[in-house]
Amino acid sequence: MEVRIKFAKYDTMKFISHLDVMRYFQKAVRRSGLDVAYSEGFNPHQIMSFAAPLGVGQTSESEYFDIELKTVPSLQELVDRLNATMTDGMKILAAELLPPPVPQVKRETAMALVAASSYLVMRKDDYDTDLTKEDLEQKFVAFLSQSSIPFVKKSKKTEAEIDLAQFIFDYNAQGNTTEFSGEYENGVVFYLLLSAGSVNNVKPDTVMEAFYAHMGKKYNPYAYQFHRLETYADLSLRKVSQAEIARMVKEGKMPERNLVPLMEYHQR
Amino acid sequence: MRKLALSDEILMRVEKPARYIGNEVNMVVKNPEEVDIRFCMCFPDVYEIGMSHLGIQILYDMFNKRNDTYCERVYSPWVDLDKVLREEQIPLFALESQDPVKVFDFLGITLQYEMCYTNILQILELSQIPLFSKDRGEELPIVIGGGPCAFNPEPLADFFDLFYIGEGETVYDQLLDAYKEYKNQGKTKKEFLEAAAEIEGIYVPAFYDVTYHEDGTIASFEPNNPHAPKKIKKQAEMNLSDTFYPEKPLVPYVKAVQDRVVLEIQRGCIRGCRFCQAGMLYRPIRERDVEFLKARAVEMIQNTGHEEISLSSLSSSDYSQLQELVYYLIDTFRKEGVNISLPSLRIDAFALDVMSKVQDIKKSSLTFAPEAGSQRLRNVINKGLTEENILSGAMSAFISGWNKVKLYFMLGLPTETEEDIEEIAILSDKIAREYYTIPKQERNGKVSITTSTSFFVPKPFTPFQWTRMATKEEFISKRKLLSAKLKEQLNNKSIKYNWHDAELTMLEGVFARGDRKLCALIYEAYKNGCLFDSWSEYFKNDVWMQAFKNLSLDMDFYNHRERSKDEILPWDFIDAGVTKSFLWREYETGRAEQVTPNCRKGCAGCGAKVFNGGVCYEPRNEAGESTISQ
Repeated sequence: MEVRIKFAKYDTMKFISHLDVMRYFQKAVRRSGLDVAYSEGFNPHQIMSFAAPLGVGQTSESEYFDIELKTVPSLQELVDRLNATMTDGMKILAAELLPPPVPQVKRETAMALVAASSYLVMRKDDYDTDLTKEDLEQKFVAFLSQSSIPFVKKSKKTEAEIDLAQFIFDYNAQGNTTEFSGEYENGVVFYLLLSAGSVNNVKPDTVMEAFYAHMGKKYNPYAYQFHRLETYADLSLRKVSQAEIARMVKEGKMPERNLVPLMEYHQR
Repeated sequence: MRKLALSDEILMRVEKPARYIGNEVNMVVKNPEEVDIRFCMCFPDVYEIGMSHLGIQILYDMFNKRNDTYCERVYSPWVDLDKVLREEQIPLFALESQDPVKVFDFLGITLQYEMCYTNILQILELSQIPLFSKDRGEELPIVIGGGPCAFNPEPLADFFDLFYIGEGETVYDQLLDAYKEYKNQGKTKKEFLEAAAEIEGIYVPAFYDVTYHEDGTIASFEPNNPHAPKKIKKQAEMNLSDTFYPEKPLVPYVKAVQDRVVLEIQRGCIRGCRFCQAGMLYRPIRERDVEFLKARAVEMIQNTGHEEISLSSLSSSDYSQLQELVYYLIDTFRKEGVNISLPSLRIDAFALDVMSKVQDIKKSSLTFAPEAGSQRLRNVINKGLTEENILSGAMSAFISGWNKVKLYFMLGLPTETEEDIEEIAILSDKIAREYYTIPKQERNGKVSITTSTSFFVPKPFTPFQWTRMATKEEFISKRKLLSAKLKEQLNNKSIKYNWHDAELTMLEGVFARGDRKLCALIYEAYKNGCLFDSWSEYFKNDVWMQAFKNLSLDMDFYNHRERSKDEILPWDFIDAGVTKSFLWREYETGRAEQVTPNCRKGCAGCGAKVFNGGVCYEPRNEAGESTISQ
């Protein structure tokens, strides 16, 4: 039986890398004593897959992984047992049973479903103090009102120019901090909804870098704290392959978005 | 929010910030205000190595079981953070409370290998604690050293207030009680050190004076304080089945070198290899009860969630209950996806059966450590493994499907000749030839032999403590000779050769048998930039050589001379159980190419019987053989 688990990673746990989080959960699941399924072979491992990796330094209250269990206690007990093994800064928020697999149909992994992520962007105290909250708001609106936002996306091997405009889905000048996000005295907090997933992944720091370039100001990568609020799937892309999505983006023929939190995808 | 000593920006700028934030699974949390003693335990190397060390986990658990003590940890900051801490004058901090190390009562540093000595000075300096013990005031932590290198603490004598000689389980409670009394009664540090010096196993270097002959050897080594004993007695925990063993080991977030549960099945070794320091220091061999081990194994897997458990001992095959333990672990854990790793296992039918159950034959390799190529030299070093053992062990493994073999040897052993070195090449080749006697259709592809050599370093408390160590040039020519001889072999294409760095080995030799004069050398090298010497990319041999020159110290004096039987050795003030006369006898027996039977075959009278337990008191038959064996 496959279970989707939602967790928060906050406070000092933001310094733990994605790879280490995966190793952490392998061990946490064993400590919890849950009846977990193992792969065959000499190095059996738990069948576990994570949704969207979170950058080191960022916090989140919507991380997801799917895990295969042989038997499942009540979902509440599952959450409680996992929480009993957590260290400070890690908390299991919810668990849902996924529908049983349909014969001949490949299951959509949590990772493949990811279409968007929402973030709180908080300025850390003592950075860029010359910019007021109002300044920032005004300039960000101007930044977004451009017909296109060209940005050179660099990876280790490739460099490609993309238009960020189509991947910034929403902006709100006022973001509300949560119990997991922490907060800063300077009060600059805003909300972003960005395209995510394996095809069109846009990180919030990329947006900030482009924003600072637009302002003609040097971007300090340590000036902002990013907190992921929710990770979404797009119902209108149900059963659409990654290759097709890539083609639709290229041709500018993406269907209208119908975003739902990852946890609710299978209930719709 | 947890308090951190470092800002977000610093943590984001350095590699692997998880090294510095603590909060690991099973970390002990106490209120520092509510304890009498704050103990900071240090492994002077990078976090991933330090976190892999069982000894610290044992002591961490043991100290924290005391309600009056809070034991925390610190490791060497990696070079990137080292730079930041110096530039920004941030004091080095402990992981748990993130408080500066300098506010602690104790800083305990484990000494696992010689090449970490400059890192000790880094820890002290970054903690803003004066490097030399004589310069440290009343308010600063007591700096205490322990671990295997504490068996010759002299090269570090000036930096430490105390050394604990031997196994940690025995007298730490006494030491901490004495400290509490000193603190509560407002006594001076000197008064505490005097009380500590009276505890068995505790060495206070400042309470001893050393004088030297003109040739640099020791003329006298005498206490200068009435509280300091003439001899320091090694500590050994004699009841290993009823003592501290962590039920909840710490589990780091970053992958440690040992990312597994470690089950120490016994301490000590019966074999008596003459080059092996651990084999002499941890005498007599003491086993842990098999039921104790089973219970601990289950608890530790439950509490850590590790996916692997590894048995630890110097020679696992000599553990009398090994089969029962191993089959229990396989039955209990395999279905839960827990791997079992069995290092230091003699290759026999049992080992092959177990290995075929726990490893993928295609990927795993067989390991032999003949240490020397010829039977003659193996007799000199008392390594009981014969060529026949190796070839028949390898053959049964080949028939079961293995095709990878790792061989470990040392170059530069006492009495070694060119023929002995050539025998390493011949033996490597013979194993490959053995493989190709199997009909082609039954073979599992090509054989792969990896032959590795290290350079022999004479160590204190071994029969070779008097011996001359080869020079760098000699080592290099020995290595080249072996390389050439391997190329002459029929199966040379199947043999891969790995070797160690000779320059690093030279320094290891100096510190292993060094004296107090070396404190100045370590200081000089550190001040000129030496740090993380055991990491080849940071090892600065030229700086070390310059330090020798600046201080007019001579490497030959420490490494390349034969010591005489009556020379006062820097570590002679330690009573390790094994006597100097036994070690000398073994040195002579070795040079006569004679073997000494292992402790279960017969007692060689090494002196470890004074500890009143272990193999020395196992029931024996009329021939003097222990009746406990597999």
